[in-house]
Amino acid sequence: MKTIAPGRKRLVNNIITYGMVIAAFVILQVLNAGGMLSPSLQGQLVPICAYVTMAISLNLVVGISGELSLGHAGFMSVGAFSGVVANLSLQSVLPSGPVRLLVAMVIGAILAGIAGTIVGVPVLRLRGDYLAIVTLAFGEIIKNIINILYIGVDENGIHFSTQNEMALNLAEGGKAILKGPMGVTANVKLSTFTAGFILVLIALTVVLNLVNSRSGRAIMALRDNRIAAESVGIGATKFKLTAFVTSAVLAGAAGALYAMNYSSLAAKKFDFNTSILILVFVVLGGLGNIRGSIIAAALLYVLPELLRDFYDYRMLIYAIVLILVMLATNSPFFRDLKGRFQEWLRERAMAKADAKAKGGKGHE
Amino acid sequence: MKMNRALSLALAGALGLSLLAGCGGGSTSTPAPAETGSAETTPAETGSASGVIKIGGIGPLTGSAAVYGLATKQGAEVAVNEINALGGLQFELDFQDDEGDAEKAVNAYNALIGDGAQIIYGCTTTTPCVAVAAETNAARYFQLTPSASSTDVTAGRDNVFQVCFTDPNQGITAANYIKDNGLGTKVAVIYNNGDAYSTGIYNAFQAQADEIGLEIVSVTTFPDDTNTDFTVQLGEAQKAGADLVFLPIYYTPTSLILNQAKTMDYAPVFFGCDGMDGILDLEGFDTSLAEGLMLMTPFNAWGEDERTVTFVTEYQEAYGGIPNQFAADGYDCMYAIYEACQAAGITADMSAQDICEALIAQFTAADFSVDGLTGTGMTWSTSGEVSKAPVVVKVEGGVYVTQ
Repeated sequence: MKTIAPGRKRLVNNIITYGMVIAAFVILQVLNAGGMLSPSLQGQLVPICAYVTMAISLNLVVGISGELSLGHAGFMSVGAFSGVVANLSLQSVLPSGPVRLLVAMVIGAILAGIAGTIVGVPVLRLRGDYLAIVTLAFGEIIKNIINILYIGVDENGIHFSTQNEMALNLAEGGKAILKGPMGVTANVKLSTFTAGFILVLIALTVVLNLVNSRSGRAIMALRDNRIAAESVGIGATKFKLTAFVTSAVLAGAAGALYAMNYSSLAAKKFDFNTSILILVFVVLGGLGNIRGSIIAAALLYVLPELLRDFYDYRMLIYAIVLILVMLATNSPFFRDLKGRFQEWLRERAMAKADAKAKGGKGHE
Repeated sequence: MKMNRALSLALAGALGLSLLAGCGGGSTSTPAPAETGSAETTPAETGSASGVIKIGGIGPLTGSAAVYGLATKQGAEVAVNEINALGGLQFELDFQDDEGDAEKAVNAYNALIGDGAQIIYGCTTTTPCVAVAAETNAARYFQLTPSASSTDVTAGRDNVFQVCFTDPNQGITAANYIKDNGLGTKVAVIYNNGDAYSTGIYNAFQAQADEIGLEIVSVTTFPDDTNTDFTVQLGEAQKAGADLVFLPIYYTPTSLILNQAKTMDYAPVFFGCDGMDGILDLEGFDTSLAEGLMLMTPFNAWGEDERTVTFVTEYQEAYGGIPNQFAADGYDCMYAIYEACQAAGITADMSAQDICEALIAQFTAADFSVDGLTGTGMTWSTSGEVSKAPVVVKVEGGVYVTQ
């Protein structure tokens, strides 16, 4: 009774994470219904959900699986553009917005998963810095492919071209959806905060369950000591690929949600900088710490918008805050404080347990 | 160790403060939306208090497109100062950064309407502008863009208007001008196929050239404005015997192309579009390289009419440097809004939605035209596109000479 059983501790931890997300959703919905949210914050809700999902999914690769991936925006991009194409080409077949959003997100997730498998199979044979560089390159390749891709739809189906809009040979009444570097310019917005919230919950469930499963333990064993893990019969490729593809699938769904929140979208958006931005969320939230990623993604997304009042100094202050957070979370002082707080909690819990035990005896 | 503790305490304090400052900014802006929420019943309290119409500007002030965003911001500020000095209707311009990104532009737009903006001025670049246009169209805010030149910006949206030429319009005009003036018989095109502006102009140029029988002998591309080597593209144009090279691109790559063409001893006529304006003001650029360069730009900073001279002087006093066409477009935007507001009798206490409908009616009215720096007698069609005469200038002796 001295320490809490690890299984129970994990359960408590997970409940706190779920509870936090649900509470945030309920509070924001109530505030929104009461007209208490500024238009600025209202507009940020959907992208926050998308970035939170991205951070959760990247944490699976970087934190849990221990592989540095610098091309995560590439999977988001695949999900985003396939989602948009699905959305616009199914417009007449599926008039219901939420259903089409769901279909678009599923298609985005599947295609991103396929891209993840294609990238993952060769890439996961590499380790460390090599893997980082190759994922970076794959992210750029995905961006450049979408940048030259033209997709249109007419009554005969979907047309592809890498030349120009004319080469699509669209029949009368057909429309070009993706126009190379111009990207998508006539998207129909479907995303809602509720959809984003559900996606975050799904991502959370998938990742937390994976981490706490047999596969998850195998993935973490591979991260901590690959040789030892392989010596007891854990296949490195299989488990690393599981984590990588799961992460890509979630990123694809997040990309579709993100894309459906804007009426225009260009491939340029999903470049190296976006990958790094998500990596910053993950690193600041703590590697392997899912709850931390969620908080970091939400706060760091809102921060630059809150700083709009500072005009020219906005991004400078943002950068300083990033550095300070990084220093603060790593300083011995804060670690000490955190340790003492946890100790205090434990002592309190023990005192309570003792009192209960005594009370119980008293009754006997 | 003690030092370390003190330092981390100080850092923690600073962090806490900055977070609080952030929260403070958030909470002060929270009441504003409630006001806008009730704006339907009590129109824009913030505006009526001081009798000032709030214009919300959006454009890139940081990132790779910052130079264009800053120009549109500064040009507009010059105009706002002039307008406010006239007395009468007063403007207040709140210009927010969008980093040239659709997502940030929508965030900036939401922040602006939260602060009570009544008219939206922007965005500077196309992709963000399309995203914001969808929002303004749904919420009924009047939007005027200085430089987002794609037809996608205005397509299907009655509340969005442009002051610049559209990309296809530029491509068609360029092809016609080259053909009509016999500038070249064999044309080579070098364009940026990773850029919406460049691709948009090229597509229209190619289509028009095919139609009027202008021979295009070589089409080469480059993927990004950060490209530094164009010898392959130039070599291909030279090999194909092109006597005119059409460059629908921005001025930074152009400066390199001109330089590399010179080292190759290749001297065709170079012909550019409005994105090339600003090349003479580029730091470290030898302007003698641009001698003979022709470009279509709506604005000539060396023009001798009184308004241009005044604008250029005021701009130089305030910000230094020679204003480019982005600044002039921004200046014209403010005057277009000003004149439309005067003609339609718009006052600061009207709601954004009422202002929007009144301005749409005014801009599309048959008798409404604006004289600006980038054109005289500018009128607007119901599609939101501007109609003004294109101007072609040639660089002679380091300045533009209107052709």
